[in-house]
Amino acid sequence: MGRVYDSPMGFAVEAVRLALDDAGLDRHDLDGLLLNPGIAWVDTAMGSFALQQALGLRDVRYSVAMNLGGATAAAMVQQAVMAIDAGLASTVACVFSDAPLKPPKPAVDGKKQAAGSGGSASAYAFARGLNAAYGQFGVNALYALVAKRHMHRYGTTNDHLGAVAVAERAWANRNPAAQFYEVPLTLDEYHRSRWIVEPFHLLDCCLVSNGGAAVIVTSAERARNLRQPPVYIWGFGQGHPGGDPIDTLTSGAPLAKQVAFRMAGIDTADVDVAEVYDCYTFTVLVSLEDYGFCPKGESGPFVADGSIGPGGRLPVNTGGGQLSSFYMWGMTPVSEGVIQARGQGGARQVERRNVILVSGNGGILSMHSTLVLSPLSS
Amino acid sequence: MTDSQKPVPEVTEELRPFFAAAREGRLVVQRCKGCGQRRFPPREICSGCLGRDAEWVASSGRGAIVSFNVMHQVYHPGFASEVPYAIVLVELEEGGRLLTNLIGCPLEQVRIGLPVEVAFEKRTDEISLPQFRPRP
Repeated sequence: MGRVYDSPMGFAVEAVRLALDDAGLDRHDLDGLLLNPGIAWVDTAMGSFALQQALGLRDVRYSVAMNLGGATAAAMVQQAVMAIDAGLASTVACVFSDAPLKPPKPAVDGKKQAAGSGGSASAYAFARGLNAAYGQFGVNALYALVAKRHMHRYGTTNDHLGAVAVAERAWANRNPAAQFYEVPLTLDEYHRSRWIVEPFHLLDCCLVSNGGAAVIVTSAERARNLRQPPVYIWGFGQGHPGGDPIDTLTSGAPLAKQVAFRMAGIDTADVDVAEVYDCYTFTVLVSLEDYGFCPKGESGPFVADGSIGPGGRLPVNTGGGQLSSFYMWGMTPVSEGVIQARGQGGARQVERRNVILVSGNGGILSMHSTLVLSPLSS
Repeated sequence: MTDSQKPVPEVTEELRPFFAAAREGRLVVQRCKGCGQRRFPPREICSGCLGRDAEWVASSGRGAIVSFNVMHQVYHPGFASEVPYAIVLVELEEGGRLLTNLIGCPLEQVRIGLPVEVAFEKRTDEISLPQFRPRP
């Protein structure tokens, strides 16, 4: 994952192959296939079938392509659990892949060309809408509006946002798979990183990564006989509040956690480690509030003292998250939750790991999914 | 039109009345004929009552800034000489929200809650854009 190059399908197939090897399963053991196609997928409407054909799978009993933005990965796992519970399938692969980064073009006449440089007038065909007329482009700017409002209402600062970036980087420095494994980060360096759209510096925004990730869901009974220690799904839920988040400054987490925590029989205080969707530093702050780790509006002070970094009282995004490890939409928090539950985190492994919270977030705080994972069966 | 100029928005069927009014220096928003809710941007279906009938009605052009950001990245060459510039979300007094710019206001004076009023920026003979400026 990261600055590596393959087709979206190539990444997806490779991810499934690696996940099957890891589990000690053969591809023909799969009878369910869920796909979250990233932006580089062309045929997204029937993407799960395209993936089935690429994998040479026969007689799949459950197949869905899903898109809840960054909430999809955890939602796929939920869908897999329900399909298995309902008897539709026994062993389901949940797959994400994307390839937004294009390879650098080969040198022409000794000059290196920038990736994706086209230079034709049609390059700006995206700018026909009303927002573009005002110079409003992209998701960064829309999240920035919500973050600015949060700062206004609650006194959140760039120091607070920066504390999230610094904490996640410290985790990434313990994760050899992270894109920023060898690059430390101080709060000063965070402040010096260039503005993208205020209040966001470059280091408030997640990475852009190529790659793929797959998680295999099966019954607890079958999982106990496979190669890896099983990770049990204690609870799950979704929350999609609707309306405009600029009014509430709240994600779907309060809705999703009601169901997920009740199912798991836990409360926020029971959570040992949280793998929280982090398209921006700001998203982590809102999520910590919305899961009840601190009162609404107090996430800034909550993270300011290093509480979510290594050695802190609540380990958050222990692989470096999407800010500092790799951006696989919601698969980044899902996969790190699985690694921590298995106790395979190496230098970043947390001590207490009985209750692991995983979240997914799509749109502008629009869609939310929650998983509660554990190495214990109950 | 060259790429070095700010983009001119496409007059879609949905926005035609909006641009027609703006050309005459008037700001209009959509109002649902079913429940009277005023809204902007326009929608095909009212999320309040699910009604489909809507009309365009005059707005006071007065509102306040709900939030803003400051763009530093150049996504379109027409804004290369503008960065950094603010995008402001204006809530109109009678309802409806516009993502727009603030003119006649230095960046450091942009703030949430600032009272604003509409002003029009002529971009072409056909297109004038509603912009906002601080209200005295």
